[in-house]
Amino acid sequence: MNSYETVFIATPVLSDLQVKELVDKFQGVITENGGQIVNVEEWGLKKLEYPIQKKTTGFYVFLEFTGEGSLIETLETQYRRDERVIRFLTFKQDKYAQEYAAKRRAKLAHKTTEE
Amino acid sequence: MAAPVQSEIRYLNPLSVDVKKKKYCRFKKLGIKYVDYKDAEFLKKFLNEQGKILPRRLTGTSQKFQKKVAQAVKRARHLALLPFVTDMMK
Repeated sequence: MNSYETVFIATPVLSDLQVKELVDKFQGVITENGGQIVNVEEWGLKKLEYPIQKKTTGFYVFLEFTGEGSLIETLETQYRRDERVIRFLTFKQDKYAQEYAAKRRAKLAHKTTEE
Repeated sequence: MAAPVQSEIRYLNPLSVDVKKKKYCRFKKLGIKYVDYKDAEFLKKFLNEQGKILPRRLTGTSQKFQKKVAQAVKRARHLALLPFVTDMMK
């Protein structure tokens, strides 16, 4: 069971309902194939540093999950098939990355409770 | 005996000889173990104006962490968090 983190950018033209549905779709893909979602973050609409597919903004979604190695292939084919996703990156967390991610989550949780 | 003319030449401002600052690897010093590709602000410290990765001789980072920084910057560029090439980035 390795831990992974994935970031994908959705086209900005989607309504937030569609974005919600997109995020749930990928969460479903992960859980169906034997993965557990650890953390979901939506960074929202951000300006891209260079235009991707003629678009200058994109909706960033960040997912952290644990799962088998084979799960990644199915996840990435889903990304490639879905035309609403314009860019994605999956990353295997090594020991230090996991510590960093745990610290980041704690800080984030702490920050949200503060607000 | 004419006093030896010491400073005949008057400089407008003192000679700014840059003292040789001992460069150190900030990752070893601060004990950072992982360079996060999502943290664009931190990675910008390692890019120059055009968005190119600074060489080790300027930043002084050790080779192990320079590779991690380079890998993180390339991932950030893939995710459009950092530009491939730009002007007046800072």
